[in-house]
Amino acid sequence: MAKVLVVTSGKGGVGKTTSTAALGAALAQSGEKVVVVDFDVGLRNLDLVMGAERRVVFDLINVVQGVAKLSQALIRDKRLENLWLLPASQTRDKDALTDEGVGSIIAELRTKFDWIICDSPAGIERGATLAMRYADEAVIVTNPEVSSVRDSDRIIGMLDSKTVKAEKGEQVKKHVLITRYDTARAARGEMLTIEDILEILATPLLGIIPESQDVLRASNVGSPVTLNNAASTPARAYTDAARRLMGETVAMLVPTARKGLMDRLLGRRAA
Amino acid sequence: MGARAEPKRQQVRLRGRSYVAFVFCPVVPIVGWLEEIDATLARSPGFFVGKPVVLDLSAVDLSQSAIAHLVASLENRNIRVLGIEGVEAALVTTSMPPLLTGGRHCVVQQSKPEKPEAKPKPTSLLLENPVRSGQSVIFTEGDVTVLGSVSSGAEIVAGGSIHIYGTLRGRAMAGVNGNPAARIYCQKIEAELLAIDGYYQTAEQIDVTLRNRPAQAWLEGDIMKITPLN
Repeated sequence: MAKVLVVTSGKGGVGKTTSTAALGAALAQSGEKVVVVDFDVGLRNLDLVMGAERRVVFDLINVVQGVAKLSQALIRDKRLENLWLLPASQTRDKDALTDEGVGSIIAELRTKFDWIICDSPAGIERGATLAMRYADEAVIVTNPEVSSVRDSDRIIGMLDSKTVKAEKGEQVKKHVLITRYDTARAARGEMLTIEDILEILATPLLGIIPESQDVLRASNVGSPVTLNNAASTPARAYTDAARRLMGETVAMLVPTARKGLMDRLLGRRAA
Repeated sequence: MGARAEPKRQQVRLRGRSYVAFVFCPVVPIVGWLEEIDATLARSPGFFVGKPVVLDLSAVDLSQSAIAHLVASLENRNIRVLGIEGVEAALVTTSMPPLLTGGRHCVVQQSKPEKPEAKPKPTSLLLENPVRSGQSVIFTEGDVTVLGSVSSGAEIVAGGSIHIYGTLRGRAMAGVNGNPAARIYCQKIEAELLAIDGYYQTAEQIDVTLRNRPAQAWLEGDIMKITPLN
């Protein structure tokens, strides 16, 4: 059974695209057939993070409008043979997306893939609502900041009312993924705690991804962090999250600040 | 006493009176027209019961037997035809309703068929899920109970009182229809705004010592009071 997963947040810059690429790659690494779909028409980034920007010929809008066939627009990843990308158009805007067009593409993708991961644009307008429209499950990417949490809450409300599943009286299965968790700031009590976030959102936790240079480094070389440096802390956190998506029970690790050698020598407190 | 009482001559007194009758104007095909009547009856059974009905046949050209059949069909539907209009006198037999002439138009006051008694509307609303940011719940008929939390950026508007068993982080407006007796209760108060019957307090005005505690808000005259529940 194919699953349509939307990665969404409401707020911009919280790590939706990074998480889409990382989760997609992690699922593909464990043998699932995965397509990541960029819904950020006009501001596409997923192709860059996936390192496929030089191979884009046709895009989502071309397929919606019938200019190209789905098979022509799908780009196979060079590293993982069961990971595919459906890029967005950079020259059009979100008005080019139609409900029927998106519906027929999702239906076609369902016949070909195990996981269809939709990278939602920020905001609550057309692009974001169409990205979540046909979802079975949702990953709500949240930073430990009040603005991000409130926007996530708004998005959860929309997942419960504006999706096809919700309109049929069913529920989209929702997961909260906390990203950019700064261990140093957490130690100083400068961020919302995990408990606070989960209390406000009243939604199960999928994983906690620490703020890390590894994420930035991976984006810059066009590789999902789970592929670029699989041993890094964010990569392991994403891999665990992907296993939870597949239904496995994996113990949740809360990242903590590690004291460096210099800190210990100088007797400094973790900061 | 030989005089016999003359029986009084009873005078036949005739009086004129006018009534308002429904006029049916059948059109061909008659079968289709009868279906329309049936549809009307299905929507409001008893609509024509006890109402005088006149058949205006000027739009159709029917034989004597056809007219008789039509009258019988209507009678089967409990519609009694008072008279017939718009046909030649020769076509109307004595067993049929009489031929009428000289009818005048008038406006019929259509009385609405009595609706089956509507259930009394519920006077309380129960929400089992958290109320999310951006959602607005408006229930002016009575109390609102929320089992989860009310998020920052969400609002509850109630005609009666508001009960929140989670944390109130958004806005709560009780007694909006002018009910000063309405109250707001919550397990944890972190509200952005509380209002009862138009009197309100914003987050800044709410005493900080109340934060994160169970509390209730009510009106004492023109002043909104907020006190801890425990």
